[in-house]
Amino acid sequence: MSGSASEADLRIRFERYDDRTQPARILPRYRATQRRNPAAAPLDFAPGLGEIAGPVFDPDLLRPGENDLAAAAGGGRRALGQLIHLSGRVLDEDGRPVRRSLVELWQANGAGRYRHDADENSAPLDPDFIGVGRTMTDDEGRYVFRTIKPGAYPVPDSGNWWRPPHLHFSLFGTSWMSRLVTQMFFPGEPLNAHDHILNAVPDAAARERLVCRVAENPLLPEPALGFAFDIVLRGRAETPWIPG
Amino acid sequence: MDSGMSGGRLPPTPAQTVGPFFPPLLAPAALSDLTRRRPDAPPARGEPVRLTGRVLQEGGGPVANFVVEIWQADCDGRFDHPADRGNAPADRNFAFWGRAATDGDGRYAFRTIKPGPVAAAEGGFAAPHIAVTLLGSGLMRRLVTRVYFPDEPRNEADPLLRSIADASLRQRLIARRVADPEAPPGTLSLAFDIVLRGEAETPFLAD
Ligand SMILES: [Fe+3]
Repeated sequence: MSGSASEADLRIRFERYDDRTQPARILPRYRATQRRNPAAAPLDFAPGLGEIAGPVFDPDLLRPGENDLAAAAGGGRRALGQLIHLSGRVLDEDGRPVRRSLVELWQANGAGRYRHDADENSAPLDPDFIGVGRTMTDDEGRYVFRTIKPGAYPVPDSGNWWRPPHLHFSLFGTSWMSRLVTQMFFPGEPLNAHDHILNAVPDAAARERLVCRVAENPLLPEPALGFAFDIVLRGRAETPWIPG
Repeated sequence: MDSGMSGGRLPPTPAQTVGPFFPPLLAPAALSDLTRRRPDAPPARGEPVRLTGRVLQEGGGPVANFVVEIWQADCDGRFDHPADRGNAPADRNFAFWGRAATDGDGRYAFRTIKPGPVAAAEGGFAAPHIAVTLLGSGLMRRLVTRVYFPDEPRNEADPLLRSIADASLRQRLIARRVADPEAPPGTLSLAFDIVLRGEAETPFLAD
């Protein structure tokens, strides 16, 4: 049995999310939200050791090349579309790097089609694109992916709502409380202003944080669009630590 | 990152929905078995548990393609994490975290072990429980809840269960013991349905 809460290291502080900087849960134009979100208010509770601790992944979980979605299909040809070199840092609310933390990425192909049974979009599949990648942040919290820019795609039965090009990100951080699944959008995309999912976040500055920046990086190993996207996970005043 | 600075603090990145296309490659069967970290590794210590259930939406229909993630202590109530300063090491053969996707009937299944009690924020201990995160199409933010164990005397002293005045609501956080032909002998077979909205709605926790 573990020590009591006072013996445990409870120096990581978590505040409830500010609802203005997080998406509304129920959206008029996204019908599934109306049947799948609880009507009752959530139960308030104080995070204990179980919430402050979080999954630690083995570094050898990943095989080499999993962060290269442009080549991950393994056929020797790169995926169709505009090649992207994407990098960024994962930080906590104090700006500390979130080190050696798993980052999962998935996305549509260059034509706006997912390799998934549920995707009934008529756009073609690309045999050279799986659309899934993973990586682990380094000691500065940095991650790198090589991929292609996804196409926009229509949401079925939505009255011609098109999702702007976006990447899906899944992050863990150092705590059960810091788990985050989000989406990254591209700057200057006309569909961004019309997307019901991006615009579900009420605060304009918070929405802007979901849009990556063009990163002019002359040192890229090949011609590729450079983008940068930093991600902030919940949690403050974390004790510095390195997973064993 | 300066655009988000306010008082030296970086605001957290907003959540967005997982959407309907979470890749099966990120939810392989091995991730739903917490009792082994890899196929050739020794099994975790503790009482084997098979936890199954369905995810249901308003009206009672099943929700396919949902992502269910669980997180729990080992059989002694320890975590392999620096926040746990218990005086004995956690079980390194246990996976602590797992993920399963729901099938066409909204069904998920995990193999795990019964966790020990864990230090609670209020002092004392939380009764053995499994933390659950739900992600899926229609959820703009994750939902969080807990699964408690049936016939568990420590439930009486659990701070969260004690804070729920309505006994029928409290009961919805406790799994049911079921007969499970797929579970090996000696396994504690539990069922826990997650009702996202409507009648018999599962109590969810503030996040
Ligand atoms: Fe998408």
